[in-house]
Amino acid sequence: MRLLLTTTALIVLSLISLLIGASDLSLAGLVSGDEGQQATQILLVSRIPRTLSLILAGMAMAVAGTIMQMLTQNRFVEPSTAGTVESASLGLLIVTLLAPESPVVVKMVAAAACALAGTALFLRILRLIPLRSVLTVPLVGIMLGGVISAITTFFAYRFDLLQSLNAWTTGDFSGVLRGRYELLWVAFALMVLAYFAADRLTLAGMGRDFTTNLGLRYRSVVSLGLVIVAMVTATIVVTIGMLPFLGLIVPNVVSLMIGDNMRRSLPWIAALGAGLVLACDIIGRVVYYPYEVPIGTIMGIVGSGLFLILLLKGRERLA
Amino acid sequence: MIEVANATKTYGDTIVVRDVSLTIPRRGITSIIGPNGAGKSTLLSMISRLMPMSAGTVTVEGLDVTSTPSDVLAKRLSILRQDNRIASRLTVRDLVEFGRYPYSKGRLTVEDRDHASRAISFLGLELLADRFLDELSGGQRQRAYVAMVLCQDTDYVLFDEPLNNLDMKHAVGMMKLLRQAADALDKTIVLVLHDINFASCYSDYIVAMRDGTIVRHGTPDAIMTSAVIQEVYGMNVEVQEIRGRKISVYYM
Repeated sequence: MRLLLTTTALIVLSLISLLIGASDLSLAGLVSGDEGQQATQILLVSRIPRTLSLILAGMAMAVAGTIMQMLTQNRFVEPSTAGTVESASLGLLIVTLLAPESPVVVKMVAAAACALAGTALFLRILRLIPLRSVLTVPLVGIMLGGVISAITTFFAYRFDLLQSLNAWTTGDFSGVLRGRYELLWVAFALMVLAYFAADRLTLAGMGRDFTTNLGLRYRSVVSLGLVIVAMVTATIVVTIGMLPFLGLIVPNVVSLMIGDNMRRSLPWIAALGAGLVLACDIIGRVVYYPYEVPIGTIMGIVGSGLFLILLLKGRERLA
Repeated sequence: MIEVANATKTYGDTIVVRDVSLTIPRRGITSIIGPNGAGKSTLLSMISRLMPMSAGTVTVEGLDVTSTPSDVLAKRLSILRQDNRIASRLTVRDLVEFGRYPYSKGRLTVEDRDHASRAISFLGLELLADRFLDELSGGQRQRAYVAMVLCQDTDYVLFDEPLNNLDMKHAVGMMKLLRQAADALDKTIVLVLHDINFASCYSDYIVAMRDGTIVRHGTPDAIMTSAVIQEVYGMNVEVQEIRGRKISVYYM
């Protein structure tokens, strides 16, 4: 029942997402003659890629957030509170400075490599801090992210790339066209990989001792998770730009609804992630029509609101 | 049989476990006792390959724990440490079913599910099976962890302070249950226990540690004497026999 409802909601959101925009597009227009041809063109070149990229990015970011939370055993961690996003941006900046003409795949790989290094550094710092409380973990991540982003900003400023930097750190789907979003399918493949490794990742979420006791190498599970998170983050930063809060809210909501057994929760996390991004994008396109408010801004507002509710509800639950 | 040979653990200059050699026989309950900081938990962690040794070897049924593939070992030996905090929201059934991971690798068979159900009812958790761990009391959660480890169905089961978080009634219940697991399910159970009277009443064999070494080992009758307790804990206590069991009166 819940599944049916969620699927319907997703389909409706996708349809709305396809039909709204600066140029008129109606289902009726699509089937009629000349106008139809133009409409089909818009649909194929701009709308479908946009809607697809929204869905893919939303799913992937939510899944990446979940994996981060499993690896750190902390509910308040996601790629943007773990230095991952900042590291990816740094990688992107480096490759833009050194080899500005490189194809997008190369940029993505460079960003992923940096994201991996940054997140591994984050986990390493966590291991070195004794007696960590629940909130020190994301705080450490945010501080680390701050340091890395300071370095990035410094060089971006020096080399006059602040605008590009801004594009990477604020999610924006308005530039999505056919041929410029396909990299997101990499993120999709990574999600499928995460689903295959769902049991292992859930186990890692139970901690090193449980994982070892059940015969798994904790380190290799963590590495696998890290690679998935780093690559997902890198693809999203390269194609869309950062989507804040998504990786924080969706996993937490799903956790409250159906728990953290990832074999069961992952489809929900993906669906909810896609739905939330679609909804925020629709809001961003409608409130200031025909102009667009970047989705990063809307996500920030909607996300922080939801997050507050979640925190307060969580306290209720504990009491 | 678990054989520990010259096991040593050092952190910098501090030696936590010093050249310990020990044979734990197959079947029955062996309890490791000793004052705080004696190295009991460290020894248990090294036996169960959760912690690397600085020197020495441990074999379980001839398998060297440091070189045997972890997933092979996971079908022979299981361990539950103390103070387990699982941040994930898992149901009791999810948790217990994960005990089958060494066999199922995530794809549970009917047989795996049967094992899980048996473990759940063995620990009396039927009514809580679909509840999330964070909705349980400390004692219920402890029982869920124990159910998971038993569901792993290994010949050797190691527990570090299994009576943590349990009140009198549940502590006694847990010890009886472990006794039953040893006798009826033919398990070899190794416990780290704080309360020497529980060790006295329920174990077949007691290992007493102090300052990282084994001071004494033997049957409960041999260990539960004023002289040995004085030697291990540095405390003068009276030992009385109640219903055929040696009980030390150390409360005053």
